[in-house]
Amino acid sequence: MKIAVCVKQVPDATVHKRLDPSTHRLDRSGEGALNPTDLNAVEEALRLRDAHGGEVAILSLGPERAMDSLRKALAMGADRAVLVSDAAAAGSDLVATSHALATALGREEPDLVLFGQQSSDADGAVLWAAVADRLRRPMVSQVAELTIEGGTLTGKRQTEFGYDVISAPLPAVVAVSDAINEPRYPSLKGIMGAKSKPQETVSLADAGIEADRVGEAGSKTTVRAVAPPPAKSDQVKLEDDGSAAEKIVEYLAEKRLI
Amino acid sequence: MATTTQAPTALDPLDFLALDVLLSDEERAIRDTVRQFIRERVLPDIGDWFEQGILPREVIQELAGLGLFGMHLDGYGLPGASAVAYGLTCLELEAGDAGIRSTVSVQGSLAMFAIWKWGSDEQKERWLPAMHRGEAIGCFGLTEPDAGSDPGTMRTHARRDGSDWVLNGAKMWITNGTISDVAVVWARTDAGEIRGFLVEKGTPGFSAPEIHKKISLRASVTSELVLQDVRIPADAMLPGASTLRGPLSCLNEARYGIVWGAVGAARACFDEALSYARERIVFGKPISAYQLTQQKLAEMALEISRGSLVALHLGRMKDQGTLRPEQVSLGKMGNVRGAMEVCRSARTILGANGVTLEYPVIRHVNNLESVLTYEGTHEVHTLVVGQALTGENAFGRA
Ligand SMILES: Cc1cc2nc3c(=O)[nH]c(=O)nc-3n(C[C@H](O)[C@H](O)[C@@H](O)COP(=O)(O)OP(=O)(O)OC[C@H]3O[C@@H](n4cnc5c(N)ncnc54)[C@H](O)[C@@H]3O)c2cc1C
Ligand SMILES: Cc1cc2nc3c(=O)[nH]c(=O)nc-3n(C[C@H](O)[C@H](O)[C@H](O)COP(=O)(O)OP(=O)(O)OC[C@H]3O[C@@H](n4cnc5c(N)ncnc54)[C@H](O)[C@@H]3O)c2cc1C
Repeated sequence: MKIAVCVKQVPDATVHKRLDPSTHRLDRSGEGALNPTDLNAVEEALRLRDAHGGEVAILSLGPERAMDSLRKALAMGADRAVLVSDAAAAGSDLVATSHALATALGREEPDLVLFGQQSSDADGAVLWAAVADRLRRPMVSQVAELTIEGGTLTGKRQTEFGYDVISAPLPAVVAVSDAINEPRYPSLKGIMGAKSKPQETVSLADAGIEADRVGEAGSKTTVRAVAPPPAKSDQVKLEDDGSAAEKIVEYLAEKRLI
Repeated sequence: MATTTQAPTALDPLDFLALDVLLSDEERAIRDTVRQFIRERVLPDIGDWFEQGILPREVIQELAGLGLFGMHLDGYGLPGASAVAYGLTCLELEAGDAGIRSTVSVQGSLAMFAIWKWGSDEQKERWLPAMHRGEAIGCFGLTEPDAGSDPGTMRTHARRDGSDWVLNGAKMWITNGTISDVAVVWARTDAGEIRGFLVEKGTPGFSAPEIHKKISLRASVTSELVLQDVRIPADAMLPGASTLRGPLSCLNEARYGIVWGAVGAARACFDEALSYARERIVFGKPISAYQLTQQKLAEMALEISRGSLVALHLGRMKDQGTLRPEQVSLGKMGNVRGAMEVCRSARTILGANGVTLEYPVIRHVNNLESVLTYEGTHEVHTLVVGQALTGENAFGRA
């Protein structure tokens, strides 16, 4: 089985995220890391490959330095990485990004495409839907358990109200939630072996993606303004008259935090 | 985009001299993985483990899963990582706890190294892959109740009986002893040689009771090895070593790791002290705003930067094969002393919180007392360096 995992390099969790006020883009100069739920997608792909055989290819659209993060997926055990990188792709929105990824995936012809549920920087949680639509493939999102049997996948979807169990024929697209597994740490041998695994950085032309359909040229949306979030004013002070515990629980429930 | 002049990067308090650029991508990836493991799997519980005097077996297994046991050795399915990668690993492990670093040091640099360097092919095939995977734990028994800094006075004895060997004696302060599947035991033979023997758990006459009541390195098992008429076959002797050079070569490996590890303990305490100093308000302002505190913090940053450079330089020399044992001695002396100063100073910044296990600082302070003493005491390394400088042996015996 051939599995492709779409991953995104995002600013490391320890880096303070900043939107550049002039370009309206995220400042990506700091330390980068693989998007957290993409690690779950990579882990799931590795488990499926180990159970069913085949290969795991990592695919990303991003700046050249994103290869550092793709290498982490290789260190975990993925077989090869393809990074589509091109100055003309900078500033791609959802429509443009999904076009680029769908074109690149079209050439790979995987049986299964895995995504993380949501990126930790732009938080769209929608790219997989757009890619599945362009590929005309069935799509299951928010998957917390995934099994594959005889050309059919079954995914347990986690929703606010419980679980749905959905099945679909392969080839298909799946977005996984962070509940699906515990991503492994790359082993030392994995890290040392990663550099000799195939890692291709390809331009838009190499990948057969028309330059005018990505980047600013291919994007249908414009970010007009960005602003930091308002300072948190949402604080409640409680004096403990014996009912503080209840009040805290009520407060959390009201905020839908529990 | 590319510009002609590079602007200075932002200052990172934990890497004040921006030494990160001196590392390769692979070295950084290894470091980051160990750091993440320590952050997620060790730091949440290490205070409790230290208090209870335990290191859970799962953690040892996870360290094996990361591939860290014997990581810098090659052949026999071992990773063959660079000395610098191994050093960075020791640093990150000890930023968690010196007990965890010691477990890895003893397994890889003492027990596995002894077999790797001085063992027969059969011994290597049998033990190295299993020890790398954590299926077998090893220990290294050199020190005795009456022979520490001067191991040449060891009393543990190996007598030839037919083709077998019969061992008698006792070893003391042996890390991992109680949990070991195989002990590398150094003993004097009838012929007056110093030989290493592989003594397996369960061999009649051999026991490894745990030493209790230590208040340093508590998240690491320390044991006695008791050998009473322990009969082992001829092929349990390491064929390659017949003098003290055998065990001393292993210690040199392990103390190279300490040069790095000590910087990790220092960095962990500095990190804690810096954030504590910024938040703790005393006499109306954060203690970080007082000159006395700033001096402490600046000295810490200095020691850590200096220690990191020494460690990295020694590591690059080790990778090139040019490193001398005396240089490792100087590194151990300087970096352990520096770390002790940093951690004690951090302890003062934390006030009373500096003496509880709710914070990492007192744990590191206590651990460093062991680090100061094992793998050659501070005094012994001072004398090694003194001898290298003057040509005079001041150890006592000529
Ligand atoms: C401030 C700001 C505002 C924006 N507003 C809009 C907007 O209103 N409309 C719009 O169309 N776009 C917008 N964008 C751009 C948009 O977020 C991204 O371009 C688009 O790629 C979706 O990415 P995401 O991170 O939201 O993906 P998500 O849908 O959150 O990502 C889900 C999964 O998709 C995969 N993935 C994500 N990105 C990549 C990639 N580059 N390569 C491979 N796999 C990937 C990962 O598996 C990830 O877990 C905005 C960007 C910024 C910085
Ligand atoms: C937690 C822990 C774990 C350990 N793990 C191991 C292990 O796994 N395997 C192992 O074999 N050993 C291990 N050791 C033992 C350690 O290596 C010894 O404790 C160390 O070598 C010192 O020996 P000693 O304690 O007998 O001190 P001594 O040799 O008795 O020294 C006492 C003092 O005298 C000083 N001194 C010695 N010689 C001179 C001199 N010529 N001039 C001036 N001062 C001198 C010393 O520096 C020290 O200050 C461990 C120790 C500890 C604390």
